[in-house]
Amino acid sequence: MQKIGVFVCWCGSNIAATVDVAKVIESVKAIPDVAFASDYRYMCSEGGQDLMQNAIREHGLTRVVVCACSPRMHEATFRKAAEAAGLNPFLLEIANIREQCSWVHKDKEVGTEKAIALAKAAIAKVRFNSPLQAGQSEVVKRALVIGGGIAGIQTALDIAEAGYKVDLVEKKPSIGGRMSQLDKTFPTLDCSACILTPKMVDVAAHPNVTIYTYSEIEKVSGYVGQFEVDIRKRARSVKADLCTGCGVCQDKCPSKKTPNEFNQGLDNRSAIYITFAQAVPKVPVIDREHCLKFQTGKCGICEKVCPSKAIDYTQEDEIITQKYGAIVLATGFETIDLTKFGEYQYGKSKDVITSLEFERLTNAAGPTEGHLQRMSDGKQPKHIVFVSCVGSRDVSGRGKEYCSKICCMYTAKQAMLTREKYPDTDVTVFYIDVRTPGKGFDEFYRRAVEEYNVHYIKGQVGKILEQGDHLLVYASDALSNSHISLEADMVVLATAIQPSQDAKKLATMLTASIDNNNFFTEAHAKLRPVESPTAGVFLSGVCQGPKDVPETVSQAGAAAVKVLGILSKDTLATNPCVASCNERICSGCLACENVCPYGAIGGEEKTVINLNGKREQRVVSVVNEALCQGCGACTVACPCGAMDLNGFSNKQITAEVDAIC
Amino acid sequence: MQVNEKEQAAEIVRRSGTDISKCMQCGKCTAACPAGYKMDIQPHRVVWELINEHVDVLQKAVTPWKCLSCFACAERCPRGVSPAALIESVRLSIIRQQGENCITVEEIPAYIDEKMPQQAIVAAFRKYNK
Amino acid sequence: MLESEACENTNYNPLIVAFCCNWCSYAGADGAGTARKSYPANIKIIKVPCSCRVNPLFVLRAFLRGADGVILCGCHPGDCHYTSGNYYTRRRMKLLMSTLSYLGIEDGRMRVEWVSAAEGNKFSETMNSFAETIKSLGENVKLRDLRCKK
Repeated sequence: MQKIGVFVCWCGSNIAATVDVAKVIESVKAIPDVAFASDYRYMCSEGGQDLMQNAIREHGLTRVVVCACSPRMHEATFRKAAEAAGLNPFLLEIANIREQCSWVHKDKEVGTEKAIALAKAAIAKVRFNSPLQAGQSEVVKRALVIGGGIAGIQTALDIAEAGYKVDLVEKKPSIGGRMSQLDKTFPTLDCSACILTPKMVDVAAHPNVTIYTYSEIEKVSGYVGQFEVDIRKRARSVKADLCTGCGVCQDKCPSKKTPNEFNQGLDNRSAIYITFAQAVPKVPVIDREHCLKFQTGKCGICEKVCPSKAIDYTQEDEIITQKYGAIVLATGFETIDLTKFGEYQYGKSKDVITSLEFERLTNAAGPTEGHLQRMSDGKQPKHIVFVSCVGSRDVSGRGKEYCSKICCMYTAKQAMLTREKYPDTDVTVFYIDVRTPGKGFDEFYRRAVEEYNVHYIKGQVGKILEQGDHLLVYASDALSNSHISLEADMVVLATAIQPSQDAKKLATMLTASIDNNNFFTEAHAKLRPVESPTAGVFLSGVCQGPKDVPETVSQAGAAAVKVLGILSKDTLATNPCVASCNERICSGCLACENVCPYGAIGGEEKTVINLNGKREQRVVSVVNEALCQGCGACTVACPCGAMDLNGFSNKQITAEVDAIC
Repeated sequence: MQVNEKEQAAEIVRRSGTDISKCMQCGKCTAACPAGYKMDIQPHRVVWELINEHVDVLQKAVTPWKCLSCFACAERCPRGVSPAALIESVRLSIIRQQGENCITVEEIPAYIDEKMPQQAIVAAFRKYNK
Repeated sequence: MLESEACENTNYNPLIVAFCCNWCSYAGADGAGTARKSYPANIKIIKVPCSCRVNPLFVLRAFLRGADGVILCGCHPGDCHYTSGNYYTRRRMKLLMSTLSYLGIEDGRMRVEWVSAAEGNKFSETMNSFAETIKSLGENVKLRDLRCKK
């Protein structure tokens, strides 16, 4: 006979307001095998854990059920506490009476009834729990960081500094990411390149860091501590070890009509190109789609002019296979496509630009060497209109429903810098709300208004028309209830940001979940913000949600610490909830082998005692516990019911079904 | 039947089928409105007045009779609100209170242009007969 | 409860079992809770590591024991934590559904839905709509075995 202890948590008023805790206790006490039942205001607190531990010792409890919040929240906490009191941690089950009961039901009677039902189901299940022992798996002491922007660079540097090997994979030919495109950064107005490029050099020079640029993740398998990753290193057509980065090749390249991605397409680049002057590595790539040699076979000028014989047209993509203990996602963002926003004339008028294009226009290394001028006629604009929330906070289906977070501040920055550099230029900002939570942020915005006389109007732009050589902007002034139109020379759209297109593909490869907007989901919104729900996969930067540079850097450091937490261990406890085969029943059909996504099951010739008690030699399924992840696909495929899953056995689930129905 | 302003506002909003709680008063509807310069109460303000249950001021305004029912406001709204539908509903509340129909059913087919939004046609009958 | 009693009971409260995979749908259900998005209390959730852990026999067992509806929620196709578990689920449950309809069980008493960890709203909407469907279908009498309740 089991001795089951049931503990019901009040969670302050979170549970107790909707669930009559005393009644739950009363009901469960009537269940056979329940030897002890008690409630506590906060079970997860030290007092609550003590209560449980004392009860386990005093009453000799053999099974424990905690009726509290989601097991995703505190299952680990309670199992640890039970273990400390001498109970196998897997003999404890959680009944989720907060997220799945008290928080979704308002009526106390209904809530109490459901809480009792959930407790009964958990009690029914826990009777069949068996003590499980976690195995050990080795940790590969190497980390992978995907994305070479400021988030990835910082994470890689922090891990490398702690003494572990890191590989940094970047899709573009150079690391640096979005931050390398920016001119200045708010609210300090530090020059972006001045604070980023030293970090790029540091990370490239660090003995523990290996950088793979122009590379993408091809395949991921394995699990925490033992990921196996294929990296596709795309052919650069330039031998990196010979190239000195002199740039003669790009000067002489005759194909110079490819839109320059780094300058957001504001100017053109050659087919062989170095992304930007401070690129790391400073090695060009040949864009084969636009290279005459690759397209027509005639040319080969770069090969002739290269003083160090570094050009190699025969280079091929290379697949690098490497094992990692942990992976960090730092895939960053891009601006949304504005084709659905016809009213702004973006793409039709050259003088309507996105704020990222404005950054390039004002950047000393940009297409105009930092001279603010119109892309249409090269004249300096005398009146600039900034529009905020372009595509952000938009539920109409054209944009994104979330706030992009950084636009208010960079718009204030761009407006302020324009006024500082060109005091004769009028600047008008249309806003819905100005959101400036952050250290020194509101002061910064107010400076734009008070010291630089940036004209802020609460309202939006509804239509832009090209009229002669200027733009006619139709807008509203919401506070004065009026409809206004004004002439402008340039309109800058604070365009919403979205996760990089690669996020979805990577999420599938890594089984890391993403939300409806393709941002990676964190394991817990408040308490585990840098961890993905998949063990060993961590999140850094905007791929998790919009954030500015300092926030990104803090999150990057946090992700690095989480990685170090894994790499510093020699072994990790494995999940003991794995499949197991009852060899006496197993017929050796190996249907399980076919469905296993991890190749964890194989047939082995064994001597087994069959159901008639006779010894016989035959093939049976054998589960490799180190590889099994515990999905349970095999248990259903098994025609004779020999395959079962620890922790979610047929008996346990059936008992739950029976308790509920 | 005497109804108070609050109930009237609720009825206008219900009839319009638009969710005014979504409005964040950005003013994009006003900015997009081709007739806004003739209105005394701008489209975003119409939503604001209804949120605050001010029906009288809307019924006395010229806005309901200047709206073209072109739906540019609804088209541009980032929140899926339709000020045009609200204005139409305000118009209806004026007409219903007066107990008037400005056009007979038999006259309708002659006015129909297939390319026009249905609501624009109906709205036009009310406005131009006034 | 006797069948005659059930018919007289105007406040018919169907009994619904929801199997939720640990990585997406169970987290989605938690999300619904965190956002306080309510759904009927007669829906009871059973956690499974992956939707592919759900043996069709569990579903039949629930019907046999008198459940009026069974819903199975997993990660969206392509997003399975175990890479391909939900594809198995999709195929298995399709077969189960044709078996159920062969047994004379109405379509809709058994449903499979994909709910991700971020879709708390969708979870509650799905549960509400499923509960409505089951309510309109009425009690499960075809598969229920009253001997189970003895």
